[in-house]
Amino acid sequence: MKQLVIDFQKCDAGRNCNHECEMECAVKVFKVDDPAQAALQIKAYEDGGGKAVLCDQCGDCIVVCPSEALKRNKLGVVMIDKQLCVGCYMCIGFCEKDAFMRNPDWIVPHKCTSCGVCVKVCPHGALSIQDVPEPAVRII
Amino acid sequence: MSQLVFDPSKVMDIDYTKRTEYLDQLEALRAGMRTVKEVPFQPSLPDKGYTNRTLYVNVGSLEVTEKPVTQQMKDVFIGGRGFGLYHLWNAVKPTTRWNDPENEIVISPGPVAGMTQYAGTGKSLVVSLSPQTDIPIDSNVGGFYGPLLKFSGFDALELQGKAEKDIILFIDGVKGLIRVEEVAGGPEDSHVLAELLTHLYAEGEKDLPNVSVVSTGAAAAHSLIGMLNFSFYDRRRKCVRFKQAGRGGIGTVFRDKRIRALVVRGPKVAGDLNHPVDPETIAKTGIKYHKEIRENDGGQCMMRRNGTAHIVEIMDAYDLLPVHNFQYGSHPEVHKIDSSYWQQRCTQHTVDGCWYGCSMACAKGADGLVLKTGPYKGDMVTVDGPEYENAAGLGSNCGVFDPDYLLELNFYCDTYGICTITYGTLTAFVMECYQRGILNKERTGGLEMTWGNAEADLEMMHRMARGEGFGKIAGLGVKKMKEYFIQQGWGDPQLINDIGMENKGLEYSQYMSKESLAQQGGYALTNKGPQHDEAWLIFMDMVNKQIPTFEDKAEALYYFPLFRTWFGLNGFCKLPWNDVVPANNSEQPEAHKVPEHVQNYVDLFSATTGVKIDKEDLIMQSARVYNFQRVFNIRMGKGLRLHDAAPYRSLGPVTKEEYESRAERYDQQIITEMGLDPAGKSTEEKMAMHRKWRTDRFSKLMDSVYTRRGWTLDGVPTLARLQELGLDAFPEVVDVVKQHL
Ligand code: SF4
Ligand code: SF4
Ligand code: SF4
Ligand code: SF4
Repeated sequence: MKQLVIDFQKCDAGRNCNHECEMECAVKVFKVDDPAQAALQIKAYEDGGGKAVLCDQCGDCIVVCPSEALKRNKLGVVMIDKQLCVGCYMCIGFCEKDAFMRNPDWIVPHKCTSCGVCVKVCPHGALSIQDVPEPAVRII
Repeated sequence: MSQLVFDPSKVMDIDYTKRTEYLDQLEALRAGMRTVKEVPFQPSLPDKGYTNRTLYVNVGSLEVTEKPVTQQMKDVFIGGRGFGLYHLWNAVKPTTRWNDPENEIVISPGPVAGMTQYAGTGKSLVVSLSPQTDIPIDSNVGGFYGPLLKFSGFDALELQGKAEKDIILFIDGVKGLIRVEEVAGGPEDSHVLAELLTHLYAEGEKDLPNVSVVSTGAAAAHSLIGMLNFSFYDRRRKCVRFKQAGRGGIGTVFRDKRIRALVVRGPKVAGDLNHPVDPETIAKTGIKYHKEIRENDGGQCMMRRNGTAHIVEIMDAYDLLPVHNFQYGSHPEVHKIDSSYWQQRCTQHTVDGCWYGCSMACAKGADGLVLKTGPYKGDMVTVDGPEYENAAGLGSNCGVFDPDYLLELNFYCDTYGICTITYGTLTAFVMECYQRGILNKERTGGLEMTWGNAEADLEMMHRMARGEGFGKIAGLGVKKMKEYFIQQGWGDPQLINDIGMENKGLEYSQYMSKESLAQQGGYALTNKGPQHDEAWLIFMDMVNKQIPTFEDKAEALYYFPLFRTWFGLNGFCKLPWNDVVPANNSEQPEAHKVPEHVQNYVDLFSATTGVKIDKEDLIMQSARVYNFQRVFNIRMGKGLRLHDAAPYRSLGPVTKEEYESRAERYDQQIITEMGLDPAGKSTEEKMAMHRKWRTDRFSKLMDSVYTRRGWTLDGVPTLARLQELGLDAFPEVVDVVKQHL
């Protein structure tokens, strides 16, 4: 399955970049001019380093979704079907990585599609899309 | 108590998509149907949680009318159970009984119902005059009917009249039409009927989740304990499942009206169909709660793994699990039906909420049961639950510890349309009568009703469904059986009355209240009869020990029935309130009220309706409806102190065996509680001392609770209380009360 991976050896958590990855994701993928709505969020720690909130396509949210709106596509990526979603936000509450996102202006939540758009704009080459094995379904 | 750890490797490998299908009967059913009335209506979505109209259908005259929801209805009655009681009050006279055509069944979901972001927001409230109690019964039920009814355009559905032939009422909230169809032949039992109707009315596979069916079964027509099944389509199992409006015999009223089924087809559900004023608050509150479940459920309850059956072993450990008709509180074989078994037997890797967004997901299912008896012998079925009440009522209370039989009993109760709680308690009574010679093989028509005889138990149920012999007598319920046995001269009347676990005509639900004064009141001092949903105090009293003093218990019997009433006004489920609690709850003041969750409810109501309330207003909202219901009971000739009397089995040990099995505890109480000396006294003498002490204490509790509720010592709401609640705006209400002051 395709998974977005970040290398913190390379990412400088926005100290020398303008969070290009977030901005690009928000604008190109979700069509909003607001990096807070990106499917990945890079946070800098004050004492150096940082952390990224990003989806590893673990599939936990598929298990809890009551309307079968979440499914893996051919690439193994967890995709949301907006027509089926009932806006219950269980996917958000049950994602241990806090990677299921919600824009207050939309009723349907959104998440990373492993599309790689952000990868291309990172000036430090910190992001990549990798092919990893799909994890087993968990009972949640 | 050690916390049970979930081990996924132990879950039984059962294919949860496999079961017997009945769709080959679809054509025959369709052929027997004939439209007798069809009227168009304008579908509409709610605004701030209300659609502002209700639907009235007279199944006898076929009158179909819309009624506006007035501001007064919203202000005073809120919705749900409040709307149900309001409509029922206007429909009946003091002389009306359950089988008069003017009796109604009212179904109303409440303003918050249909929200998808918080757990437990899909409930319908069903209100009718009960065949068991002759007063209003209210039942809080999941499934999709209520929310889909509201999303079609109606805050409530009133059903009145009696049809001459069986009818199906179909509401199409997409196309905007209401249709009454006569049906000749075809199935009656829910698991077949609802499957067929769901497929019949859905427009294609994708539409199946947008259809919900209300139905009952064969036993509802031949007993007074009929229940209603509210369906929801389980997408993963690809089958129709149910939640039950169980108590008080509403299914019997349904069949008496010759209603075979109600069907609604609603629009596709989305997260904003209620059009709340403040969706952001709802979203944030919902997500916070889902996280709480994710983090705390595994350590606190395992509701997501076991459903409500998670408390079987807790109740057993605290001597509170009903065993052998509430004689004892624990049993060595309980491990066969406790949650360590159910979490292996229930399908785990699926979504078991009875409405969208329920992260608590208690609606478990046991798949792949092959039936051993009855008309569906050999069929493979999915059994809903078993919930705690069913494991306790059909299981330990009757001495049935074989889980497959327990599931089969549960299945047949459901599909025959009878209440599992009622059936469990009345069967336990029958078995004890059998044990004590009040009944024998001759009197039961050959049924050997010994403890744990599941085959005889099932046969009694099948006879109930066929309306035969002793099955019919049992289907009258405990109160009428008591009267009948006494009239036949079949035993000591006092013993029969002491062990028959009913109050107001309704059977007790499945908790042992002997040692919990709070629960004794929680059962007997109820509006509708002894059902724990009004005051489930046993856990906070006996397990968490949060209400130790007499005053605490009396106060709890003021606050909690009101607090819990509020769920029913709005379409909330009660379980997400206090089954899982915030990690820091015990450090909060008044931890037993779960203050953070109370605030959630206040916020969700305000954010939906735009009516700003606080936690005191919440109690006021409930108090209006609660007191209205009390006055309604009085209007129907009940609702006074004498009707709140409790059978002695619920208060203390009735028999020598009961006393002697817990002699140490009871002797000790003679010393510490009564200040007397048990030494040298016979068991009979000590039992008499207990009886006096326990009944006096219960009577004192009644005095305190009535006073705290603003009622006279006869249990009548005072004029001052009615004024305080604004109920003096209803002259009829005041008139009822005046006759008793
Ligand atoms: S959103 Fe969260 S739960 Fe869903 S696949 Fe991504 S990381 Fe897993
Ligand atoms: S919000 Fe939508 S995608 Fe997420 S769990 Fe609910 S229905 Fe599924
Ligand atoms: S992979 Fe695509 S969706 Fe995911 S964070 Fe990057 S740009 Fe956004
Ligand atoms: S807790 Fe159980 S009964 Fe309540 S809404 Fe959720 S699934 Fe339904």
